[in-house]
Amino acid sequence: MINELFSITVLIGILASGIRLATPYLYAAIGETFSQKSGVLNLGVEGQMLLGCFAAFYVALTTGNLWLGLLAAMIVGALMGLAMAYVTVNLQAQQGISGIGFYLFGLGMSELLFQRLMGTVETVKGFPKVYIPGLSDIPGIGEIFFSQNILVYGAYLLVPLAWFVLNKTTLGLKIRSVGENPDAADSLGVSVARVRYFTIILGGTLSGIAGASLSIALLNVFQQNMTSGLGFIAVALVYFGAWSPLGVLGGALLFSMVNSLQLWIQVLGIPIPSDIAVMMPYILTILVLIATVSRVRAPSALTKPFEREN
Amino acid sequence: MKKFAWILTFVLALSLIVSACGTPAATEAPVVEEAPAAEVTEAPVAATEPPAAPAEPFRVAVVMPSAINDLAFSQSMYDALMRIQEEMGGPEAFEIVYSENMFVVDDAAAALRDYASQGYDLVIGHGSQYGTSLQEIAPDFPETSFAWGTTAETFGQPNIFAYEAASQEGGYVNGVLAASLSTSKVIGIVGPIEVGDAKLYVDGFKAGVAATDPSITVNVNYIGSFSDVALASEAASTHLSAGADVLTGTAQMVVGAIGKAEESNALWFGTQSNQTSLAPSIVVASQVYHWEVALREMLTLIGEGTLGGQSFKADLANGGEVIEFNPDYTLSDDVKALADSTIQGIVDGSITITLP
Repeated sequence: MINELFSITVLIGILASGIRLATPYLYAAIGETFSQKSGVLNLGVEGQMLLGCFAAFYVALTTGNLWLGLLAAMIVGALMGLAMAYVTVNLQAQQGISGIGFYLFGLGMSELLFQRLMGTVETVKGFPKVYIPGLSDIPGIGEIFFSQNILVYGAYLLVPLAWFVLNKTTLGLKIRSVGENPDAADSLGVSVARVRYFTIILGGTLSGIAGASLSIALLNVFQQNMTSGLGFIAVALVYFGAWSPLGVLGGALLFSMVNSLQLWIQVLGIPIPSDIAVMMPYILTILVLIATVSRVRAPSALTKPFEREN
Repeated sequence: MKKFAWILTFVLALSLIVSACGTPAATEAPVVEEAPAAEVTEAPVAATEPPAAPAEPFRVAVVMPSAINDLAFSQSMYDALMRIQEEMGGPEAFEIVYSENMFVVDDAAAALRDYASQGYDLVIGHGSQYGTSLQEIAPDFPETSFAWGTTAETFGQPNIFAYEAASQEGGYVNGVLAASLSTSKVIGIVGPIEVGDAKLYVDGFKAGVAATDPSITVNVNYIGSFSDVALASEAASTHLSAGADVLTGTAQMVVGAIGKAEESNALWFGTQSNQTSLAPSIVVASQVYHWEVALREMLTLIGEGTLGGQSFKADLANGGEVIEFNPDYTLSDDVKALADSTIQGIVDGSITITLP
């Protein structure tokens, strides 16, 4: 049975599943990376994802247009990001607590809207697999990497894009300086408030897309609380990835691949109890975190509200 | 600084109020459904007539762990209550209130106690995790009747009823059907946690497949959650990649699995509620829990003054479980005949289901 695990079909299945599972984590965690790099901890990611998830699904269901659904999710996420930004920057609230408040709001609102507007579980025809001529036909690799839907491709393209913006552009420099030393940044003319508004709204938009990737691309259904903790894992992945988009990619892939592996272990009948198998992704992530804890350093101004001293 | 404290409080209060309207589960705690242990005192076969409508409405309150439209566990109880309400003549004769998404047992306990103190005639805790709460609350309200499912335990309390489903029976029938319809000889099962009602269904299903065609491989995947739709969906993908052309599963996260089955044109067998609406082209049949069979018994007993102390089992024989076929999926005559004879065999006892 164990040797079956290493057969080509199974390996391809595991990798393809893992790539898909990682998609919502990537969108949400990259968005959160931007926020946290600028010094803001946003725990409301789960709520933003749920509302984005519902918005995308409902708009796609009623208009029949998936792109409109995606746009709706982005707008909803951005609006929640705007609210969070106001609460964080202008009102200077405790970031952890306000984040949880937004999570509860997103959770409850998505459930309320689902009951009032839909009432019963339905499905949509989501984004289909996009075949890239030439690349999709490569045996093995083609099936894993190049036979996914467009939102999956988007998540993986986002990683180098985010890395580039954060590390090679002036905007990225501003974001990082605001997160490390907002007083110094402020004295050099960088508007801390503007930068943080930008990153939080961007984070919200990406969380909305993460939710949309679930409801109109991967699962094609909406159910109450269907993210079930995904947003919080995404926040944890930011810490795991040491606030770097590449680290976040590594964390998301590790977590999702092991999750995908444990599904196959159960299907192949390998005698590991199902409870242990389900624990595996979490335990492995914790172990890797322990092994790499020394190199990790948070942005210095993380969770501290900025007040200009006169 | 004081101003922000005010506004922050306002924002938090607003979010709490709105979330209360949607009654969310604050945290995700795993649902532990205990396997029934005690001997079952079976109530006599249900009378077909519901009790006569009383002068004032009969008031029922129910607390459920998931949403009423989850197409699974909670929906089965909600639908059953609605059927009884229709039988009895509408909301003026039979009043129903519910609290859904009561995943957290403390919230559920508070709700149960609330309902009892508001004078509801029957308070139902629909979820085996509510047992200890009911055990504590019931003695404080000797005039109120409580019901607990899915279990056979009444704690010896005079005002607690218990109800459960012999889900292995419908599982067996589904298994027989699945084995007859599978061409690839591989079947996949997506389960939540290996415990209670879910385990009964899965074991019954496997027994049904083995009894029909022992050469078929049945792969089981317990994903460890009742609500993780994404993981259920990937579990289904895994089964399909392993060659399965018939899938089944239990609990509310299977909506993800059904979607994946539909994409690959694999057949689906459902349980707890009728899941045809989700994928009309591939759902063959669902084992639907008709809790109203047990509920009618309870209502009659309550009318006579017995508030508890009995347990009820919903099975194929008393109509508490019904195999509802998808009218849009045409079964060949011999497969349909096999299904009917299997159901009949379980009902009259000629078929015994041996569970591991």
